[in-house]
Amino acid sequence: MTLLITVIAAVVSTVIWYSSEKARKLKTGVLLYMFWGASLMWLVDAVVEYLESGAEYFQPAAADMLNDTFLGLSVIALALVVWVIVLLVKDPTGALKSAILDKKAKSK
Amino acid sequence: MACFIVPATEAIVTTVIQKVAAKKESADNKKSGELKLSFADKLKWLNGMLWGGSGLLAFEHVWHGEVTPFFPFLTAANDPADTAEMLHEMATSGSAMAILVTVVWAGLVIVSNKITASDNKSEKKAGATA
Repeated sequence: MTLLITVIAAVVSTVIWYSSEKARKLKTGVLLYMFWGASLMWLVDAVVEYLESGAEYFQPAAADMLNDTFLGLSVIALALVVWVIVLLVKDPTGALKSAILDKKAKSK
Repeated sequence: MACFIVPATEAIVTTVIQKVAAKKESADNKKSGELKLSFADKLKWLNGMLWGGSGLLAFEHVWHGEVTPFFPFLTAANDPADTAEMLHEMATSGSAMAILVTVVWAGLVIVSNKITASDNKSEKKAGATA
């Protein structure tokens, strides 16, 4: 389930990155790296588990599925937080800088 | 158990290589004056996938209680039998993860090289007809 959620996140962020120049300027590439990297790594985990347990891999217990879903959503949240931090640090459009300078000018 | 350590180690190595290559290539580009997608730029894609992927996998290991914020950081390191299993998993799953990410990156590099080559050809054709 974690793999599935991460792959969906990777595909969605790729489509957004591909279709919008504004999104590319906003460093959405960072999300692509994280989601695709993690998807490939969890794919290996999934293949190893499938080789060990066979078709049982596709019938997880409800509790495990719920926990994996919770983990998948948390992974997306973490990746988004990392992306926002990168965005604010790099400040590609200068929005943060101008907001701070505006406040500084108003306070004078 | 700790499979993410293998791609994370590869990420450290490729990041160092990328930094060295970037310095060398920027000096070369200044000399030649031409702008192109350098090897260092392409290595950034690999670094991103390796760092991003192993970072999210590290979070998963924290989630499952396999990584702790205190010494020895890996719960499997407390027991020799678990340590052996962890090392086996690093050698198999960890290496496979690092190899798969690198193979996918190599595919991306081949595709980008083909796109650059076809663009150069069309530019030459346009120059010849003008």
